[in-house]
Amino acid sequence: MTTAILDPVLILGGGSDIGLAIAHRFAKAGYPIVLAARDVEKLEGNRADMALRHNVEVTTATFDVLDTAAMPGFIAGLDHTPGTVVSVIGAMGEQDQSEADPEAAAMVMRANYEGPALIMGMFAAQMEEAGHGVLVGVSSVAGDRGRAANYIYGSAKAGFTAFLSGLRNRLAKRGVHVLTVKPGFVATRMTEGMDLPKALTAAPEEVGEKVFDAVQARRNVIYVRSIWWLIMLIIRSIPERIFKKMSL
Amino acid sequence: MMKTSELMGWGRYPRRPGPLGQPRDERQLSAYVGLGGVVARGNGRAYGDAAIGAAATVDMRALNRMISFDPETGVLVAEAGVILGDVIDAYLPRGWFPYVTPGTKFVSLGGAIASDVHGKNHHSEGSFGAFVDWVDVMDAEGQVQRASRHENPDLFAWTVGGMGLTGVIVRAAIRLRPIESAWIKQETIVAKNLQAAIETFESAKSTTYSVAWIDCLASGADLGRSLVMLGEHAGAAELPHQHRLRPFDSPVRGKKSVPFDAPGFALNSLTVKAFNALYWRKGQRAQGTSYVDWDSYFYPLDAVLGWNRIYGRRGFLQYQCVLPLSASKVGLTEMLQETARTGQGSFLAVLKRFGAQDSKFSFPMEGYTLALDFPANARSLALLDRLDAITVAHGGRVYLAKDARTAATTLHCADPRATAYAQMREETGLSTQFASAQSERLLL
Repeated sequence: MTTAILDPVLILGGGSDIGLAIAHRFAKAGYPIVLAARDVEKLEGNRADMALRHNVEVTTATFDVLDTAAMPGFIAGLDHTPGTVVSVIGAMGEQDQSEADPEAAAMVMRANYEGPALIMGMFAAQMEEAGHGVLVGVSSVAGDRGRAANYIYGSAKAGFTAFLSGLRNRLAKRGVHVLTVKPGFVATRMTEGMDLPKALTAAPEEVGEKVFDAVQARRNVIYVRSIWWLIMLIIRSIPERIFKKMSL
Repeated sequence: MMKTSELMGWGRYPRRPGPLGQPRDERQLSAYVGLGGVVARGNGRAYGDAAIGAAATVDMRALNRMISFDPETGVLVAEAGVILGDVIDAYLPRGWFPYVTPGTKFVSLGGAIASDVHGKNHHSEGSFGAFVDWVDVMDAEGQVQRASRHENPDLFAWTVGGMGLTGVIVRAAIRLRPIESAWIKQETIVAKNLQAAIETFESAKSTTYSVAWIDCLASGADLGRSLVMLGEHAGAAELPHQHRLRPFDSPVRGKKSVPFDAPGFALNSLTVKAFNALYWRKGQRAQGTSYVDWDSYFYPLDAVLGWNRIYGRRGFLQYQCVLPLSASKVGLTEMLQETARTGQGSFLAVLKRFGAQDSKFSFPMEGYTLALDFPANARSLALLDRLDAITVAHGGRVYLAKDARTAATTLHCADPRATAYAQMREETGLSTQFASAQSERLLL
C-alpha cells in the first residue's frame, strides 16, 4: 500500500470550534495540520488530541490577524508550504458597540475583512506561483445582505465574500481553487446561550464534513445547510423599499 | 447559567427535568461541582437514572481529548468524555483494542469506569476497571486528585464501579490490548436448554469471549435454549486470504437509524415471539466457526442508531442481575419461568459467565449474569419486582448501570457493600455533594 505524502492544511483561527472541526476532518483523511492562532499555548491539548486520534503531524503557529505587518514573516516562518489554507477567523463584536465606537467598528472590519483578505491574498500569490493550492474562506450569510442587527460585521463579511470571489476568478486558470463557505448558524462557543432554531443550526463537525467534501468536489460557494441558500435567496430578493422597514 | 433539560437514560425511563451544566474545560467544570447533589453524565448510555443528577447534572462530553499514548505499554491517557468508539477508530488501525468493552461503543470512558462495565470476557480477564491504571477525580472544591491502586487506593477502589458518587472523573489512564487483526474468530454452539448452555460456558472458560443469546420464549424441556457464541481475536495469519493483506480493514457497516418512536403496539408478545423464532433459526444455521468483524461482533445493536426508540415513547426497562455460581442454574430457571409465564417475553435475553471479582461496589461476582429488556409499563415493573425477589433469594445482585426502579431495601438487602458505601459517603460528606436520582432512590 502506498500513500502519497499530503501537503499540510493550515487553519487560521485554529482554536475556534469550527477551525478545530475542519482540522479534525482533514487530519482524519491523513493530512498534516498546522493550527494557527493568537494564543497557541491554549491549543496544546487540542493539538495533542488531534495528533493522537488521527496519527498525523499536528503543529501550532502563532498568528494574529490584526498584525498585518507580521504576515510575511508568518508565512516565511512556516516549516512546510501548506497545500490548503483555511481561514475561519472572524469576530462578531457587539452591534451597539460598533455603532457607537468607531474603534470597535474598525476592529470588527479589520478582523473580518482586512486581516483575512490580506493573508489569503499572500497565500494566493504563493500558490499561483506553485501552480496549485486550495484556499478556503469561511465567510458568513450575514454578508449576503446588510441588516440593522449586524451590518458592521455583515459588511466586513460581504467584503470578504467579494474578495474571495475575485480571487477565485483570478486564479481559476492558475490551478488554484478558492472555496467560500457560508455556515449559517453553528452551535459554537460564540453562539452559546443564544436560542437558535434547531433546523438551521449546524454542529461544528457538520461544517468540517461539508468543507472537506466541498474541497474534494472543488465546489465554489457553499452554505453548510442548504436551507440557508433558500433563506438568503428570499432575503436578497426583498425589494429595498420593503426591506428597509423590516426588522430581521 | 445552567439550562434546564429533560434528562433520561438510554431506556428513556424515567425522565426528569433538571439543570444541566455543559463545561467546556476543567475550569468551567469546577464551577459546577460545588453546587451539591451533582452527578456527571457521559454519553447517556446508562439505562435508568444513574446519570440524572439529584440537583444538577454535568455533561462531560466536551471534555473529550486524548492526552497521550504509549506504544510500548498500550496505555492511553484521555479525558473522561472520550467515547470508546473514538478510541477504537483511532487505535484499531494501529493494532490496539480496548481490553474490555460493553455491548455499545458509544459509552464514555468516565461512564465505563463509574459503572465498571464488563464485556464478554469477564470470566477470563475481568471488568473495565481491571485495565484502568489511574483516574483523576475532581471533588466538590474543584480539587483534582489522582487515584490508583497505590496512590489514594480507597478513592480509586470506590470510584471504579462507584456510579459517579465519589466525585467527577475528569481523566484516566486505560490499557489497550495489542491485536493482530480487526476480526474475531467466532464459534456458535447450539445449546438445547439451560443446563447445556451452562455446560458449554463451563467448558469454554479459557476462551477469551463468550456470550449466549437465550430464546426466552422457549419453555418446558426447551427452557433456556440458547446460542452460545465463543470468540477469540483472530491472528493475521489465520484470516481468510482476502483479509490477510489488510488485517485491520473491516467492512464499514451501513448505519440504520430509528428516526421516530415506534407506536406502542409495535413490540408485543407476537413480534417478540417472531423475532426470537427467527433469531433461533438463523443461529442454528450459523453453527460452527466464522470470522466476524469487530463492529458486528461486539456491537450488533450499535448498527441501529437510536434502537432504544423501538419501544416507543414510554421507554423500556433493562433488567440485569448476577447470581452466584452455585445458585445460578436454579435461580436462572426460576427467572426464565417467571418471564415466560407473564407472556411478555424479552426482545433480547443475554447470558454471560462472570469470573471472580473482589471490589468495593462493582456489579460483577463469580457466577452467571442474565440481561433482559421489557417495555416500561406496570406489568413489567411488577415482573421486575418478582425477579428482584428471586435474585435476592439466591444471593445475587442487580446491575445499577441498567437499573431504573430497584427499591433501596432490595439493594441493601442483596448487597451489604451498598450500606458500607452509603455510610462512607455520609461520613465524608460525599452524600450531599454528589448524588443522582438513582442514589437518592437507593439511599446510597
